[in-house]
Amino acid sequence: MIRFEAVTVGYAGAAQPVLRDVDVRIDEGELCLVIGPTGSGKSTFLGAINGLVPHFTGGTLLGTVSVDGRDTRTHPPRELADVVGHVGQDPVSGFVTDLVEEELAYSMEHLALDPPVMRKRVEEILDLLGLADLRDRPLRTLSGGQQQRVAIGAALTAHPRVLVLDEPTSALDPTAAEEVIATITRLVHDLGMTVVLAEHRLERVIQHADRVVWISGDGGIAEGPPATILASVADGPPIVGLSRLAGWEPLPLSIRDARRLAPDLRRRLADRTPDERRVATQTVGASSRRPIGASAPALIAQGITVAYGSLVAVRDVALTLTAGGIAAIMGRNGSGKSSLLWALQGSGPRLRGTVEVVGRDPANLEPREARRLVGLVPQEASDLLYLETVGAECRQADSESGAVPGTCRALLDRLVPGVPDDAHPRDLSEGQRLAVVLAVQLAARPNVVLLDEPTRGLDYAAKRHLARILRDLAGEGRAILLSTHDVEFVATVADRVLVMADGEIVADGSADDVLVASPSFAPQVARILAPQRWLTVDDVARALLVEP
Amino acid sequence: MPDPRRSKRAEIDRAANVGRRLPRALHPVAWWIWAIGLATAASRTTNPLLLGLIIAVAAFVVSRRRTEAPWARGFRGYLIAGLAIVILRVVYRILFGGDYGDHVLITLPEIPLPAWAVGITLGGAITLESILAAAYDGLRLATLIICIGAANVLADPRRLLRSVPSALYEMGATLVVAVSVAPQLVESVGRVRRARRLRGGSGRGVRALMGILIPVLEDALHRSLALAAAMDSRGYGRSAHVPARTRHLTGGLVIGGLIGICVGAYGVLDETVAPVLGMPMLVAGALAAIAGFALGGRRLDRTTYRPDPWTVAESMVAASGIAAAVLMIATGLSDPASLQPSLVPLEWPGLAPLATIGILVAALPAWLAPPVQMPRDVTLARATSRAGT
Repeated sequence: MIRFEAVTVGYAGAAQPVLRDVDVRIDEGELCLVIGPTGSGKSTFLGAINGLVPHFTGGTLLGTVSVDGRDTRTHPPRELADVVGHVGQDPVSGFVTDLVEEELAYSMEHLALDPPVMRKRVEEILDLLGLADLRDRPLRTLSGGQQQRVAIGAALTAHPRVLVLDEPTSALDPTAAEEVIATITRLVHDLGMTVVLAEHRLERVIQHADRVVWISGDGGIAEGPPATILASVADGPPIVGLSRLAGWEPLPLSIRDARRLAPDLRRRLADRTPDERRVATQTVGASSRRPIGASAPALIAQGITVAYGSLVAVRDVALTLTAGGIAAIMGRNGSGKSSLLWALQGSGPRLRGTVEVVGRDPANLEPREARRLVGLVPQEASDLLYLETVGAECRQADSESGAVPGTCRALLDRLVPGVPDDAHPRDLSEGQRLAVVLAVQLAARPNVVLLDEPTRGLDYAAKRHLARILRDLAGEGRAILLSTHDVEFVATVADRVLVMADGEIVADGSADDVLVASPSFAPQVARILAPQRWLTVDDVARALLVEP
Repeated sequence: MPDPRRSKRAEIDRAANVGRRLPRALHPVAWWIWAIGLATAASRTTNPLLLGLIIAVAAFVVSRRRTEAPWARGFRGYLIAGLAIVILRVVYRILFGGDYGDHVLITLPEIPLPAWAVGITLGGAITLESILAAAYDGLRLATLIICIGAANVLADPRRLLRSVPSALYEMGATLVVAVSVAPQLVESVGRVRRARRLRGGSGRGVRALMGILIPVLEDALHRSLALAAAMDSRGYGRSAHVPARTRHLTGGLVIGGLIGICVGAYGVLDETVAPVLGMPMLVAGALAAIAGFALGGRRLDRTTYRPDPWTVAESMVAASGIAAAVLMIATGLSDPASLQPSLVPLEWPGLAPLATIGILVAALPAWLAPPVQMPRDVTLARATSRAGT
């Protein structure tokens, strides 16, 4: 269906090509998963399929990419619209119209289909993707999962043979992500659609994949069946780590397969209760979790209420953060997580309630003072950056915070060494940019650090690094609160988990209490080893090191 | 055996439903023709009674036939804008004086102005006549704006853009994108300003402006690239089956035609230019441009999803607006005084019968246009509750 023959893609000014001499064949009806570190060229690979690379993005493409027999050299994306449907990362920025039905019809209008055919196909797609109730809703009023399903539907109405999706779930909460993944697998299984999918969080999709293309980042790729590729790739979902630990062969990819292999491991772990695990953790060192409430409160919030007009985003939330603790807020998109973080920092609107950090309320202080108490890294971290170089940003941060010159740069070097001073912030990888923003905020030495969705767009390595950074910060006695959809990240880093729904905190407890019990928030290790209460591969590894 | 009473009942129900029109949206072009007709009528008169009647008619039709959509909520804004215009005109007249007529209401102290400002006075006597003249004039402008506002409220602006001829499609698409980018920019500015506060910035001053502008522009650029990529991958601008010669011909015709129109218009207006460059050039240019558009329309091989139908209702709504304009113009020809009420001597304005009938005809769309469609969930809830009882 899709053939890459000796394909090399390079961009002007880049030292080496993004893809070098790539030969891949993706057959009809396959679900092909494209993985690799951030910035390795996943989007380039996907874009090459429908000709966006190089027709739209520029750059040079050597070799041949053909889809359904059409060469992308002679067919720009618009001429491939009836064969390849392309769905981007952010559905909203790809919407051309403003109503669900019209968005679904857009491609077909350009393919000049007859109105009766269009009408019929729109109805079919509405049913197929469960969008019938939303048909005349404005696109902006939909939830993230619904928007992504509309974007997929809009690509499907042209009846393409291939659907290309670039990280379709990266902005979605776990449940909405499941919804989108379920839709995609349904297309593969019921309609025999060929799907090429890039995804960071492999734990969500790996079990559905027929083939994995791993893009290394230095131009090379590896492709093959999922189990083979995953076994050879360093970073992978927890299920892979657990399998390596337990020596399972062949590599299980779904929770179901892993559970069937797990009884033996569960027996080995049976006499190590979660309590013992904590003891084990302490003996081995590198303590990952601390008991809640062990140290002094760093931030006390009471009765926090945020309302936008008649919409109550946060309703009467009370929250205490302890110094040296890492807490994570989870919950659906739109459940009030961001509003709560902004209200705690004092820059966002707050209708009622008080926040107390070292006896002062940041909302009553000048922004300059407030950020010395509470630092917030917003969801769009790059909003904070506006200068030409990393060095200039660091100097600016020092003067803003009244810190000794060089403070911010030193912080940055500690977080991620080797970011050049003269690099433009936009040219950095997601992880590096996040680190720059974090360094900028830390230069003011706040006692409380809030992070809104810091893991968005980070690969496994970057997330591991972020986890280490957060633990270091907590180790210095700062209180950390982050909001995220990434269950596995929370399992690794947080010692306390809060779940928000509808503006209220509906669960608040230690990570294992909250995560293990939840059907949608339980990490893979917990699902495999249930009813035992293990959260991460590291926990299991440490426990196994200790003699019973 | 069927219950005779029940079948009788069903028959009556069916009979009652024959004439019932199903809710749907009227073709936006029909609403615009109606509104432009009303506005044309308004532009022909300063009679406050007629203008008031036009505003009342527009408001009545809007109240009966507007939807719950976001763009349909702005009518009050147009009314307020109209009121503001009238007040501004009157205040302006009070400040800069206007002393014709003999009904002096109040005399403000006159401020002497330097010699170069001859003809302009500040303060002085204020007469009822001059204030009324300002108010009438302001009311006419206000009525125009309210008529256009009514069209904007009644017809989805995006659906209007969908009905542009296909040769102008690219322009329409650009407008649609521009319309949707504006709220995104506002949102983006808000987000970045909040982010500035996180770095301790006050959000004021030139430095802060740079700090806001750069991320917002980068964001906008990023979004527009993403949108362009999405449109391209979804088939925007396909031109597969058109030979290059036709494309060049189309471009040549449109550009040549537009140049011809420009030269021709200049020739018509300026009498010193050779007559060949006047009317003949204008006509030739227009023909070339039309031919280019027609060819270009063929080039873009597109269809429209659920195109708005043009039925009797649309024709009647459009006709009612045209009737208002025609009857007003006719009145203006036969009896101009009734449309421009005399101020010196001061007279109470009268209702010219023909013009009044025209405006009242323009109120008919309140019944002629099909009823509006309720949002689906509201309708469903009502239907199920009715079925339950």
